[in-house]
Amino acid sequence: MPPVTTLHVNGTAHGCNAAADRTLLSVLRDDLALTGAKYGCGEGQCGSCTVLVDGVPVRSCLTSVGTLGPQKITTVEGLEKNGRLHPLQQAFLQHECFQCGYCTSGMLMSGVALLAKNPSPTVDEIVAAMDGNICRCGVYSQIIAAVQTASRAGPQPVLPAK
Amino acid sequence: MTSPLGSAGRRPAISATANPTPRPITTRRAFLRRFSGGLAVLWFVETSSDSSAQPAPAAPRRATPPPPPPRELAAWLHIAADSSITVYTGKVEIGQNARTSLTQIVAEELRAPLASITLVMGDTSLTPFDRGTSGSRTTPDMVPILHRAAATARESLLDLGAKKLKLDRKHVEAWQGTIRGGTPGILSISFVTYGELTRGEKLVLDIADTTPIKPATVWTVAGTSVPKIGARAFVTGRHIYTTDFTRPGLLHGRVLRPTSFGATLATLDTSAADALPGATIVRDSEFVGAFAATEHLAAQAVAALRATWKTTPQLAERDLYTHLRATARTRPPAPPTPDPAHTHLAHTYTVPYLAHAPLEPHAAVAEWTAPDRLNTWVSTQHPFAVRNELARILALPPANVRVLVPDVGSGFGGKHTAETALEAARLARVAQKPVKVVCTREEEFTWFYSRPAGVIDISSAARADGTVVNWTHDNINSGASAIRAPYEFAAQRTAFHAATSPLRQGPYRGLAATANAFARETHLDELARALRLDPLALRRQNLREPRALAALDTAARAFGWNFAAPRRPDTGIGLCFHSDKGAYMGTFAEVHVAPVTGRITVTRVVQSFNPGAVINPAHLRSQVEGCIIQGLGAALFESVHFDHGRIQNPTFSTYRVPRFSDTPRSLEVILINHKELPPSGAGESPLGGIAPAIGNAIFDATARRLRSLPFA
Repeated sequence: MPPVTTLHVNGTAHGCNAAADRTLLSVLRDDLALTGAKYGCGEGQCGSCTVLVDGVPVRSCLTSVGTLGPQKITTVEGLEKNGRLHPLQQAFLQHECFQCGYCTSGMLMSGVALLAKNPSPTVDEIVAAMDGNICRCGVYSQIIAAVQTASRAGPQPVLPAK
Repeated sequence: MTSPLGSAGRRPAISATANPTPRPITTRRAFLRRFSGGLAVLWFVETSSDSSAQPAPAAPRRATPPPPPPRELAAWLHIAADSSITVYTGKVEIGQNARTSLTQIVAEELRAPLASITLVMGDTSLTPFDRGTSGSRTTPDMVPILHRAAATARESLLDLGAKKLKLDRKHVEAWQGTIRGGTPGILSISFVTYGELTRGEKLVLDIADTTPIKPATVWTVAGTSVPKIGARAFVTGRHIYTTDFTRPGLLHGRVLRPTSFGATLATLDTSAADALPGATIVRDSEFVGAFAATEHLAAQAVAALRATWKTTPQLAERDLYTHLRATARTRPPAPPTPDPAHTHLAHTYTVPYLAHAPLEPHAAVAEWTAPDRLNTWVSTQHPFAVRNELARILALPPANVRVLVPDVGSGFGGKHTAETALEAARLARVAQKPVKVVCTREEEFTWFYSRPAGVIDISSAARADGTVVNWTHDNINSGASAIRAPYEFAAQRTAFHAATSPLRQGPYRGLAATANAFARETHLDELARALRLDPLALRRQNLREPRALAALDTAARAFGWNFAAPRRPDTGIGLCFHSDKGAYMGTFAEVHVAPVTGRITVTRVVQSFNPGAVINPAHLRSQVEGCIIQGLGAALFESVHFDHGRIQNPTFSTYRVPRFSDTPRSLEVILINHKELPPSGAGESPLGGIAPAIGNAIFDATARRLRSLPFA
């Protein structure tokens, strides 16, 4: 496959020159300097690398850039709009949803995707939707509370907006 | 008027949480000289206050005795001309939120806005030597030092300020980074900023032991739930961990790993790897690695290496506990003759190897700035040990090696050693460019030390009323932490017996305290059942210390412990009393065991915790909850499996850690704030209570006694 020369990330077309079989995670981090998405396991088990592709949460560690084409990618860096945090980011601050913070980006992306699909999830629905994201520090209770807070903040826009 | 609390959010996020670019300072002398225009106060360490300190857990390779903390205040604290305050500590931020709590202490004593204070943490060229961020020592070791340093600075600023304002010393106060005051009866207040006072002056003061330190009872900034410093950088993805760190021209490295533990390289054919354009193979005796412009290419190059290995026989997991017992280097004495008037029990408990599994794997960036000068950015809990190890192996003077630690993506005791930094340094030396090595999850599970497995023998003798008259506790291999029962037993003998571990083992959050608490509290539950006593009553019968009883009773009340009441179907309740590092806790758990599948669900947990004065209640609560969740994983399913010299479950799909669905739906943490006591560390001890509480609840539900972890 030819190398990938363009990726649409956070509303911008980024030029790149990446072998098609490289992972989206490595291209985001090493070529586009978007290091919000993290490597945690490389097998889609921990959710640290979660980004949205056309609004759907995917594990960027398992996604080859060659499969993306013109699809719109949203990373944690794209949640903040004009200096305003996404309601879920705000709720994460309010509920202190981090100790080391390494899982935070992936948690946010899974949570944003959930809220876009289901603006008022129950605790069971939050647990089911987020169970693929690991927080080794164990702040699960706070994250559940934050998703609930953000859900009460109103329906979430389907991302990406652009 | 701006509240000091309210100003926390204005802190520039990146500079607050990362310290990524080394400044050209190479020696402590140069460092002190650089700041000689600021405030420098001679500071004498109060050694007496530390004399009761427990030693921090040893890194696998213990160095020579550490130097004492420096006496110069300037080593710890600097006030610039613009009144910004920089604090230097060799501790690192690993998610325990020490950056926040230590900033609170300095803000409290210096009466300075939180936003004016920046902590430089874990930079071996800038911060005083430190023996590692471990053993819950950050609070008991660093809080008193920074209290005293900041108070010393404040007192001298008050002296200077009074002089400058031409006011009586009694009529000035420290307030919001200024010294302000006025003459009684006159309505004007004058002030001068800290920066205006320190600029151009060099102050050398001897600290008096009598320098007043604010007691917790009058804290206004410490003692409150200040939000995590730099939190915004974590929710916007902008915090730079070592794994995210980059340098101009950065290359990526990968390392060839043996096929099994103890294997040595027999033959190596690099022809296929050499043929890959853009990748370079590096061989240095047993070390073989590759670097390339992308991690992908470096990994391809390592995969293309054709190596054969000389292997040696390795112990199989099924023989682990027999092996540990057989290789124990000491033996317990013969047991005392049983008194037929007492009830006697003797049982053996086992705990497996555990993986720390920090979400940020071991990682390092290495950059040689001269043939004999190395800068490294490392995801570690022990920057000075890493520096010394790099210097030793690379034959460099320690002063030529600089280790910097961007705030770490957790460690749990697993990040004390230098391997990854060494690998990056070896590759970077050949590349003559900076190289980053980030371990894969499989490498993380396989090539770093584990929490020790252990075999624990406990015997007890008790009267019918539950009074324990004799107690023995022998721990083989797992460790001596919190091995002594925190009860008023008439006689107790405890011993740790070192053995030969088939896996590489090392520190883990709480060390062996969790293993020892598991065995002890399971045994006490067995004793209560044998005596037909309420397990809570048996523990109370053997406790006298009021703080211990208060912790236990507080949690029991909140849980609504009623041993005599009928249970809901397939449901059991259990408890644990635990004490570690000066704190007491009562843990109460309710579990549901599904009748057909046997699936264990922890439905409810209540835990009390009283670690002395609380510096940040929200962050402490989070630590305790996190300990409960991590301990729940160790209780139910975590175990490192190994065979044929390989880890059999080196992935998150095979090594299960707690997830959202494992979190008890009801999780209540009760903090008991003893403001009259100094704050103690809290990142480890709350881990000890949950496994025995769950195990005892499983027995309550099923009448099955589980003496080996994990339960599920």
